[in-house]
Amino acid sequence: MPELIAKTALSGQSVNYHGTTLAEADLGQITSIAVFPGKLKTAATALGQPFPKPNSFSTKSGILCWTGPDQAFLIGTPIPDLTGIAATTDQSGGWAAVRLSGPQAANALMRLVPLDLNQFKPGQSARTPLGHMNMVLLREKDGFLLLVFRSMARTAWSEIETALKSLAARAAL
Amino acid sequence: MRLPDKGLIDRSKPVTFRFDGKAYSGFAGDTLASALLANGVKLMGRSFKYHRPRGVLTAGSEEPNALVEVLDEGQQTPNTRATTQEIFDGLAAKSQNRWPSLRWDAMAINDLAAPFLGAGFYYKTFMWPRAFWEGLYEPIIRRAAGLGKLLPKNDEATYEKAFAFCDLLVIGSGPTGLMAALTAARSGASVILAEEDHLMGGRLLADDQKINAAPAMDWVVATLAELQSLSNVRLMTRTTVIGAYDQGTFGALERVGLHVPHRPDLPRECFWRIAAGQAILASGALERPIAFQNNDRPGILLASAAQTYLNRYGVAAGTRVTLFANNDNARRVARQLLAAGVKVAAILDSRPDASALEDCPVYLNAAITGTKGRLGLTSITGHHADGDFQIETDCLLMSGGWNPLLHLTCHQNGRPIWRDDIAAFVPKPGMIPGLTAAGAATGQFSTAACLAAGRDAAQTALGKTAEMALPQAEDTPYTLTALWNVPGKGRAWLDFANDVTVKDVQLSVQEGFSSVEHMKRYTTQGMAPDQGKNSSVGALAVLADATGRGIPETGTTTFRPPYVPVSIAALGAGARGHGFAPQRFLTSDQASRDRGAPMIEAGLWYRPSYFPKPGEKTWREACDREVNMVRAAVGIADVSTLGKIDIQGTDAARFLDLVYTGTFSTLPVGRVRYGLMLREDGFVMDDGTTARLGENHYLMTTTTAAAGQVMRHLDFVHQAYCPAYDLRFISVTESWAQFAVAGPKARALLNSILDAPLADFSFMSCGVAAVKGVTARLFRISFSGEEGYEIAVPTSYGESLFRDLLARAETLGGGPYGMEALNVLRIEKGLITHAEIHGRVTAFDIGAQKMIGKKDCIGKASSQRPGLFGPEREQLVGLRPVSDKQIGAGAHLFNPGDAVIRANDQGYVTSVCYSPTLRGYLGLAFLKDGRARHGQRIRLVDHMRENDVICEICDPVFHDAEGAKLRA
Amino acid sequence: MRLNCPLCGPRDRREFYYVGSEDYLNRPAPDARADAWDDMLYLRTNPAGETKDLWYHETGCGSWLLVTRSTTTHEILSTERIADRKGAK
Repeated sequence: MPELIAKTALSGQSVNYHGTTLAEADLGQITSIAVFPGKLKTAATALGQPFPKPNSFSTKSGILCWTGPDQAFLIGTPIPDLTGIAATTDQSGGWAAVRLSGPQAANALMRLVPLDLNQFKPGQSARTPLGHMNMVLLREKDGFLLLVFRSMARTAWSEIETALKSLAARAAL
Repeated sequence: MRLPDKGLIDRSKPVTFRFDGKAYSGFAGDTLASALLANGVKLMGRSFKYHRPRGVLTAGSEEPNALVEVLDEGQQTPNTRATTQEIFDGLAAKSQNRWPSLRWDAMAINDLAAPFLGAGFYYKTFMWPRAFWEGLYEPIIRRAAGLGKLLPKNDEATYEKAFAFCDLLVIGSGPTGLMAALTAARSGASVILAEEDHLMGGRLLADDQKINAAPAMDWVVATLAELQSLSNVRLMTRTTVIGAYDQGTFGALERVGLHVPHRPDLPRECFWRIAAGQAILASGALERPIAFQNNDRPGILLASAAQTYLNRYGVAAGTRVTLFANNDNARRVARQLLAAGVKVAAILDSRPDASALEDCPVYLNAAITGTKGRLGLTSITGHHADGDFQIETDCLLMSGGWNPLLHLTCHQNGRPIWRDDIAAFVPKPGMIPGLTAAGAATGQFSTAACLAAGRDAAQTALGKTAEMALPQAEDTPYTLTALWNVPGKGRAWLDFANDVTVKDVQLSVQEGFSSVEHMKRYTTQGMAPDQGKNSSVGALAVLADATGRGIPETGTTTFRPPYVPVSIAALGAGARGHGFAPQRFLTSDQASRDRGAPMIEAGLWYRPSYFPKPGEKTWREACDREVNMVRAAVGIADVSTLGKIDIQGTDAARFLDLVYTGTFSTLPVGRVRYGLMLREDGFVMDDGTTARLGENHYLMTTTTAAAGQVMRHLDFVHQAYCPAYDLRFISVTESWAQFAVAGPKARALLNSILDAPLADFSFMSCGVAAVKGVTARLFRISFSGEEGYEIAVPTSYGESLFRDLLARAETLGGGPYGMEALNVLRIEKGLITHAEIHGRVTAFDIGAQKMIGKKDCIGKASSQRPGLFGPEREQLVGLRPVSDKQIGAGAHLFNPGDAVIRANDQGYVTSVCYSPTLRGYLGLAFLKDGRARHGQRIRLVDHMRENDVICEICDPVFHDAEGAKLRA
Repeated sequence: MRLNCPLCGPRDRREFYYVGSEDYLNRPAPDARADAWDDMLYLRTNPAGETKDLWYHETGCGSWLLVTRSTTTHEILSTERIADRKGAK
């Protein structure tokens, strides 16, 4: 009997426009941790790190990124036992992840994201739309990490690539 | 005529372009208007109503006359202002609103008929006979109306939109704006300097001034170099700020690719949304014309425009120039022309007491009463202090003073205030929170005053007062004596673009339209593409004079966004075709397309419509086969689009009891229950099944269409009514790929794929299973009426599982089924979708009133109010035509024998299918008192499809009403 | 237009979904008289001045906000998460 094959949303593709690169990222396991009322401290102890503040993430063990009130995504690492402390759900396959880095990364995203990404410092994150799509946006040291609904991955890719093409055409003026 | 050695054009880069098919040449840096003037072309357009020959009036985006169509790679952009369109090699433009040519325009007959075509002509003439309106008048008026023409095809070009942020937005880059930007930039604030022109510098580009005893352009260049070197400054040229919106948001239109030949991927325009902490409006001022008889001939333009053409483009607007002005400022233009060697035939100053220093004839107390030259000015006549005059001239410059450009300050309904000393409106401070007008935009007209105003405004806006030296500059006072129009016979134009004259305004008053808002609508003054920039204050002054009120008492119409015309394409950038909304694809998408399935849009999702087999000619053949396949063997459908919400916590059960009509706290672990969700007003919001995965863990499913709405609703109920509950929920729609496996052979198929065969797993069970080591969730639920299961695996495995399920189903005589078959299966079973629960039906209407339990729930109280239940309600029923005629959804129902009129309407049909199982058409409908009418007949009338069919009313469950197959 | 989400900070209006009056927060008791339900569901004041209404940070953190703003000046006077408001249980 053949095995079930796991696939990412964008088959690992990447493009580059004048040094700005858009590439799919395979983040491995993504778990949503929604801490029950009054359990933030217990959760932090169980996680071995403080629960992230709004609009931020830490990289102590995997990526722990704030995604909403009392809610964070733990990315790239298994979760400890949080029974009774937090509602946990597996979100691994539900998100398509891309990394965008290079000199035009912020400018390209600001075609689609209504935030001042030039002021977005490493460690900052946001729940904000990409065009009409929900997104979790993280500013890493070398660029941006974007999580969008897996079903919309192709639209997200195409809109970012259009922005990159347009910036490349402007630069050629 | 081009003058040697003057201007900011690049004479080393000649440019060839075409206007009305004829080739001309200019230089890089020219606008279409400056290049045409340099080539001696004065006639550039025709006026809107009278088709009067017109030349350029201004040198900016406020141009009312020189509107052209620009042709570019299959595009035709109408109403482009020749004064802002930069020329480039290959640019092709043509004049508009004329036929057959600009010089010979047949519609100029309107000009001869002018005595009959005054203001209100259309209102009066086309009132009667009434019957002529639709057939005759409207088509004629529509053909005559409008200016340039669009091509009757889609605009395929690229447009862009973008967001920008800053501490301080400076609008305009004249002395005020540059000084403000420099002050703010040095303080470290993030600054955006937006300039409509393709060069920064504003009025300094057009004048011949000194700053710090050197040419003003030296200061401009040095200032720009400093600003450019700073990382906290963004310079945006070709960018017009078009509107001031709430909380410091500004709209701006950038012309990105309109000044170069077409290039793929280069946007034509970009629409910016700028969020600014503070803003400074340094938009300057616009010179205004003077109304006198035939003041609209080609060759008559504003003095400031001629100054721009002279100093910036090195172009003399004429060979024998005259000036008609009421202020000192305009006299400078004459002196600069003289200095450049241009012949100035005369200066006509309306003031009796002005000086007369220039090296040319100067007449005081002068007024022009007539002009000659149909296609280009030849002479002017009038009178001055010493008598009458007639002067041969090919170019007349007018200046009636200056109007501060305060439009943006009015965008939130503020009204400006009148200043008698400069005879102009100025902005009232504070009309837009966070926006300060400064410099000429507030009526400060000397360069020195503007520099100081820019610095002070920036310091005030940012709350910083660091030392900032001011450059030395010209500081002569601006004095004028108001002159709006020269009295006399004939037509004197106020609004060039819409052909509104002094007489029209006076006529408006005579006919009772004496308020400024009425005058505007009666005469159409200010309603052309320039939106009254050149005419509003003048028209207002004439109105004030005609009514005997002062200007402040008369008031002014206000200005609304956008400041300049904005193309719809720029506002909607990116939203054409697939850009309109995100596309959502299933993990099974490629596998379905591989089998030739046409995809159908379901919300944002793309789902397979049906899976055609060789030999099948219509979708119906495929659909019928798929339905039979599910009923006889096994079918596979991707149902991942249904919303899935994971709900956990010790209060999860309580919460579900609140949001659902039914009771979920009593649902045993491992079981699934159908749930109905109401809005608080008692109408049905959504339905779906919810499974209890653990003591404190539920999984809710929603319909595909309402997934977003339900999530919003749950968030509201939680946060508004029970925020302290031990409760957390999150969407897992995207986390699981879920497939329906339905039909008598469903169990056999599942047993072949599951790691452990199904044990006791009765209808409405749920549990965990494994497929080749991958954890799966299994639900025994059915949307088809057959023995049905839904199996869910983590999304990454979706495609793989789908392909495997299909292959196995096919060995059992089954296969995939699409949306069409899914719809037939559910109609046969009387199951509802949002075709039925469309927002106007209650639980009672769908026969689910018993699902509202004893406990409280959202919508319960309202569902019991009078009018939401009872025999007068339209209730869900089944319909079967008594003949074998086709029926369609959307039809209305009438009692046989009743007239087909609205008053007799008994209900309507929501869903229809051909049922291969029952070999006939089936319909679901809402019918008044329907449940009491089973077995009776009703007439179905469908005017759209010209259908008129008698149907029998029956229970909505057509197939296996006892559910024996379901529970097999 | 921009709104300040107490968790996410100032955001563009497009991130929010508007639902209407704060009246929806005041759900009557299940056995309340019909006019109490009518007040909550349908009866609205239309003030020229300060008004309070509900906005959902839909493409942001999912918080429902109570926004106090002026219908005449368009000024946003305050924003508050409804889950954090006084008396929320």
